[in-house]
Amino acid sequence: MLPAGPGRRSVRDLRVGEAGTVCCLEDPEMALKLLEMGCVPGVQVRLSGRAPLGDPLMLVLGDQEYTLSVRASEAATILLKE
Amino acid sequence: MAAIAGNPAPAKVAGLPADPRPLRIALIGNPNSGKTSLFNQLTGLNQKVGNFPGVTVDRKTGVAQLTPTQRAEIIDLPGTYSLYPKSLDEKVITDLLYDKAADNYPDFVVVTVDANNLRRSLLLFTQLGDLGLPAVLALNMMDVAERHGVNIDLPALERELGVPIIPMNARKGIGVAALKIVMAQRLDAPPVRFWAPDERLLPLVRQIRHRFDLHNDYLALHYAQQYRQIRFLSAEEKAHIQELTQQAGFEATAAQAAETIARYARINDILLETVTVVRTEKREPVSNRIDRVLTHRVGGYAIFLAILFLLFQAIFAWAQYPMDWIDQGISGLSAVIQANFSGPLVRLLTEGVLAGLGGVLVFIPQIALLFGFLAVLEETGYMARVTFLMDKLMRPFGLSGKSVVPLISGLACAVPAIMGARTIESWKDRMITIFVTPLMSCSARIPVYTVLVALVVPDRAAWGLFNLRGVALMALYLLGLFSALGSAWALKKLLKARERSYFIMEFPVYQWPRWKNVALTIYQKVSAFVLQAGRVIIAISVLLWVLASYGPGQQQATAEAHVRQAATARGWDADETSRQVASARLETSYAGKFGHVLEPAIRPLGYDWKIGIALLTSFAAREVFVGTISTIYSVGQDADMGTLQEKLSAEKDAAGQPFFTPARAFSLLVFYVFAMQCMSTLAVTYRETKSWKWPLAQLVYMTGLAYAAAFVVYQVLA
Repeated sequence: MLPAGPGRRSVRDLRVGEAGTVCCLEDPEMALKLLEMGCVPGVQVRLSGRAPLGDPLMLVLGDQEYTLSVRASEAATILLKE
Repeated sequence: MAAIAGNPAPAKVAGLPADPRPLRIALIGNPNSGKTSLFNQLTGLNQKVGNFPGVTVDRKTGVAQLTPTQRAEIIDLPGTYSLYPKSLDEKVITDLLYDKAADNYPDFVVVTVDANNLRRSLLLFTQLGDLGLPAVLALNMMDVAERHGVNIDLPALERELGVPIIPMNARKGIGVAALKIVMAQRLDAPPVRFWAPDERLLPLVRQIRHRFDLHNDYLALHYAQQYRQIRFLSAEEKAHIQELTQQAGFEATAAQAAETIARYARINDILLETVTVVRTEKREPVSNRIDRVLTHRVGGYAIFLAILFLLFQAIFAWAQYPMDWIDQGISGLSAVIQANFSGPLVRLLTEGVLAGLGGVLVFIPQIALLFGFLAVLEETGYMARVTFLMDKLMRPFGLSGKSVVPLISGLACAVPAIMGARTIESWKDRMITIFVTPLMSCSARIPVYTVLVALVVPDRAAWGLFNLRGVALMALYLLGLFSALGSAWALKKLLKARERSYFIMEFPVYQWPRWKNVALTIYQKVSAFVLQAGRVIIAISVLLWVLASYGPGQQQATAEAHVRQAATARGWDADETSRQVASARLETSYAGKFGHVLEPAIRPLGYDWKIGIALLTSFAAREVFVGTISTIYSVGQDADMGTLQEKLSAEKDAAGQPFFTPARAFSLLVFYVFAMQCMSTLAVTYRETKSWKWPLAQLVYMTGLAYAAAFVVYQVLA
C-alpha cells in the first residue's frame, strides 16, 4: 500500500510468460478490488497473454489457480518485488 | 458425505420439530463457483424469475423439497467476491444480510466454494462467518480439483472453519442429496471467528453497535464502512454514523485493505494445515491453451464474427421452417372456423384473437434460438473472453469491455440487458451503456424485421453463399450496433466523469454448457414472452378488432351505401365490391379515424393511416406491430387469404400498385431500428438510474432519430 519510488517494476512491465511476486499495490481505490480478487502482496503473478490490441492483460495468479484480466493501466499499479 | 459421517459436525445441528414457516436459505458465492447450477439442482422448475415486460426482479427465488415433508425457500444471490459491494449487483447482498429484522432475512446461507480456488473463495466465507450467519459450505467442482492434484483434508477443514462441508459436483448433481439433508436442519451460528476489528477501531465499532443495537462487532464495522449505501438507514442515522466516523478518524479504504490482507493471511494458515497440492500435469491447463486460440489477435476476432454470423443465420434461415408451420397452422385453423361458422363472434375470434395469437406464437422459434445461443456463450465462459477482446475497442466510445455483455444481451431483450449493466462499476460507463442498449435490435424487433424483409427482399442466395434475407437482417442489426456506438461516443463527450472506470475480472474456466441450464433459460424466456408479452398483444389485437370493425354513428353505413351505388354505376364484380366496401368501412371506423389524425405527421415517411394505427399500438411494445397489421389487414379480407405475408403483398395503393414498395418497407424498418417503443425498457431505465431524466432522454432521442432516419430513407428511395 505504500507508494513506491519511481522506476519500480510493475506487472505491466512483465513479458508474456514471465512471472513475478506482488510487493504492493499503488492505488488505494483499485487496491480494494485487486485484493478481493486475491491479488495480495506475496502472491505470484504470471503474465500469460495480452488482448489482441495489447490491452487488457491476462494474469495467472498463484499456482495456476485462476486467471484475471486487468487493463494495462491497472496492471501498472501492481508493483513487483525486486 | 464422508466428511459429515466421519466427523461430528462442528456447528451444532439441532433437529427441531417442523416449523410452520418454511426455511429461508440464501445461496451465495463467487462468480463462476457453480452457484447457478446448484440453484437449478435444488429447485428445478420451481423458480420465479421475471425480467420481461413490467416485471423486474432483483433476486431469483425458488422452492426446494429438502425432505419429503420439508420445503425451503431458496434465494439465489448475485456472485460476489466480498461483502464490500463494488457494484450495484452486489449491493443486493448487503441489503439482504445487514438487516436482521427484515422478514426476508435468511435463516442461514449456503456458500458455494470452488475447490480449485479455495484461497480466494474463503475470503467471502470468512466475512459471512464473522457476521454471525449460520452457514453450510458447498465445496464444488471436487472432480476438477482432484484431477488437478488438489487434496483437501475435509475433516480438518471442517474443524478449522466450524461449519459442515459438503463436497460436491453441482453440474452432475453429486452431493446435492447430502446437502439437502444438512439444509433441512436448523443451524446455529458458527463458533469460529476469523478476524475481528483491532483495538483502534473498537471504540467506533462499539458506539455504532450500541446505537443501532447490532448483534456483533463486525456488522457494526460494516455500518461504518457502508452507511452511505445502506438502504434502510434514515438520513439522520447516516449523518450520525458520519459524525462518529469523522470523530474517530476512521479511514474506510485503509481499514478495508488491512482487513482483506489479514483475512488472506488467516486463510493461508488454514489452507497450509488442510490442503496439499500435487501438480501431476506439467502442461498448462486446457483453458489457457484454448484461450491462445480464442483470444488470438486475428483468429479471436474472426471467430467472434463467425459466431455472430452463425447467430443471425440461425435466427433467420433455420427458424424459418418451424415458423412457417406455426403460421400455416394458425391460418388453417382460422379458415376452418370461418368456413363452418359465421357471425360477429366468430369474426372476433378469427380476425381478432387468432390473428393476434399467431403474431405471438410465430416468433417462439427465433426467440428460443436467440436466448439459447446467448445462454451457451455465457455458460461456456466465452462471453468473458468477448469482453476481454472488445475492451480496447469499446473504450474510445466511452464504453468498457463489460458493456459488451449488456449490448449483446440487448439483442435478446433490453430489459435484462439494462439490468445486466449493474456489473459495470463505473457510473459513467454504466449510464452510457444503459442509454445506448435499447438501440441494439432486440428480439421484439425480429417480428417486424422478418415480415418486412421477407416482403421486399427476394429469397435467394447472394455471392453463392449467404441468404440475401439473412444479409439484410444482419445489416439492420449492424445499423443498430453502429448507432449505439455513435450515440455512446456523443454521450461520452457530454457526461462529466466522476470516477475512473476499471476492468478487473476473473476468467471462468472453459466448460461444456450444461444443457439443462440452457434449456431452463430458453423455457423461462419463451414462456415469459408468450405469457406476458402475448397477453398484451392479444388484448391489443382484440381491442383493435373492435375499433377497426365499428365506427361512430352511421358513418360506416353511409360509406358502405356510397360504395354500393358506385359499384352498380361502374359494374364492379362481387369480389371487387366487397373489397371496396371493407376498405370504406375500415376507413370510417374508430381505428381509421385515429390513423387519419396521425397521417399528416407520418406521410413524409411514406406511411398511410393504416400504418399509423400500427405505430400507435406498438408504442407501448413494438412486437405489437405485427399483430396490429395482421388484424387491420384481416378485417374485410377473404377468409382464405392465408398468411400475413400474402395479405401484405395483396395490399394496393390508390393507383392499384403494391403498397409495400421497398422505399416504404425500408423506411419502416429503419424507423423500428431506432424508435423507443417499449414501456418496459423505459421503466427499467428509470429504476436503474433512479431518475426520469434518463428514460425521457432515451424516448426523445431515439424516437427523434427514428423519424429523421425514416424520413431520409423514404425520400431517397421513393
